[in-house]
Amino acid sequence: MKDRVTIVDYRAGNLTSVQLAVEKTGRRVLVTDEPERVRVAPRVIFPGVGAAPAAMGELRRAGLHEALADYAATGRPLLGICLGAQIILEHSEEGDVPCLRLLKGEVRRLEVPAEAKVPHMGWNAVRFVRPHPVWDGIESGSQFYFVHSYAPVPAGDEAPMGVTDYHGEFVSALGRANIVACQFHPERSGRIGLRLLDNFLSWNP
Amino acid sequence: MLSKRIIVCLDVREGRTTKGVRFQNNVDVGDPVEMAQQYYEEGTDELVFYDIGASPTHKDIMIDVVRSVARKIFIPFAVGGGLRSVEDMRRVLLAGADKVSIDTAAVRNPDLITEGARRFGSQCVVLGMQARRVGPSADIPSGYEVFIEAAATATGLDAVRWARQAEELGAGEICLNSIDADGTEDGYELAVTRMVSEAVSIPVIASGGAGTPEHLREVLTEGKADAALIASMVHYGKYSIAEMKNHLAEHGLPVRTDW
Repeated sequence: MKDRVTIVDYRAGNLTSVQLAVEKTGRRVLVTDEPERVRVAPRVIFPGVGAAPAAMGELRRAGLHEALADYAATGRPLLGICLGAQIILEHSEEGDVPCLRLLKGEVRRLEVPAEAKVPHMGWNAVRFVRPHPVWDGIESGSQFYFVHSYAPVPAGDEAPMGVTDYHGEFVSALGRANIVACQFHPERSGRIGLRLLDNFLSWNP
Repeated sequence: MLSKRIIVCLDVREGRTTKGVRFQNNVDVGDPVEMAQQYYEEGTDELVFYDIGASPTHKDIMIDVVRSVARKIFIPFAVGGGLRSVEDMRRVLLAGADKVSIDTAAVRNPDLITEGARRFGSQCVVLGMQARRVGPSADIPSGYEVFIEAAATATGLDAVRWARQAEELGAGEICLNSIDADGTEDGYELAVTRMVSEAVSIPVIASGGAGTPEHLREVLTEGKADAALIASMVHYGKYSIAEMKNHLAEHGLPVRTDW
């Protein structure tokens, strides 16, 4: 029970790779779309790819938006990945949609010159701007795998944990108290990504 | 800065990796799951598996390969070859693939790109394109025509126009293979790669013709590709992925060097 990890399924993309990566670190996984199971989970991963409006719509329909807020308030560890790292904020520019408000800030489209490619897809370096247990054993500047067109813009100086340069810097990792979130995909970022997942899964905030 | 990607391509026939020249004379080069794990450990940034099987059960065999690969490697990988429907796409994605590559089916039924992007997200849908140099004409202004069915059938489509159309339909990435360069090891077809890459705002993977690390540098700079596909260069042990990345890094290209 103690080493069980709950992955929230809200029909925002394929969870197979997240599940397999967590299992690779030796933990057991429960994938669920049931609010009650999220509320009582010992540890939650909130992944997701796709568009914010559809994701928020599905979270509300399933009652998961309240379950995630209740879970976050327990102080137990929560990891948001990609879309899950965006919609934990207050609002998304993508579809102008209100989000979960677990952290202060908003989601904005990546600002890049006209000739630059969007989505930002591929491997890029994350420079750590604040120490955190999830960075244990990982060097600042290590590369992780990204696929996204929008990025988190947390309010204030407290939340950013890592930044990445793609025609200008954006916040690629953020967190506060029991919440951490990464715009990149640790489950697709090789040995270093697995280390980050392992660190999160051992973390007791 | 975003790294240039090196992507190892494995052609899989009935569960075995093969390698041919211009779609012919394929020879067995190994077990795709073992090879995938080896390339993962040697630093490939991504992998692509093309199912070139033709037996009645080749799709099921491929799903088994995808399932096994997904348990061994933790970097993105795409699967292509013979995917004709949203259901075909769904099966390989649920088996653990990150992306699907569609080629002939996308030309025959462009709605498949849109439907795949709507169901799974644009980032999952790679347009595979086989281009052959035919010389510029009124119908083919770029001088490169799209071929389908393992490069056997001309479509009358201009490669650059088709790339733009695929982007509008929802493709998240384009894997552009030069039929002329494929398997020659004489270098990528830089002209068509550059034209396509400049015409779209989604990433372009160059394919066909890689023989030396310098060929990769050329296509990632002059060819303006975002990623370079390689196969025989590594399958026959001529170069390691580290050697290629070192060559690119020495010439100032951003690459992932720690894995």
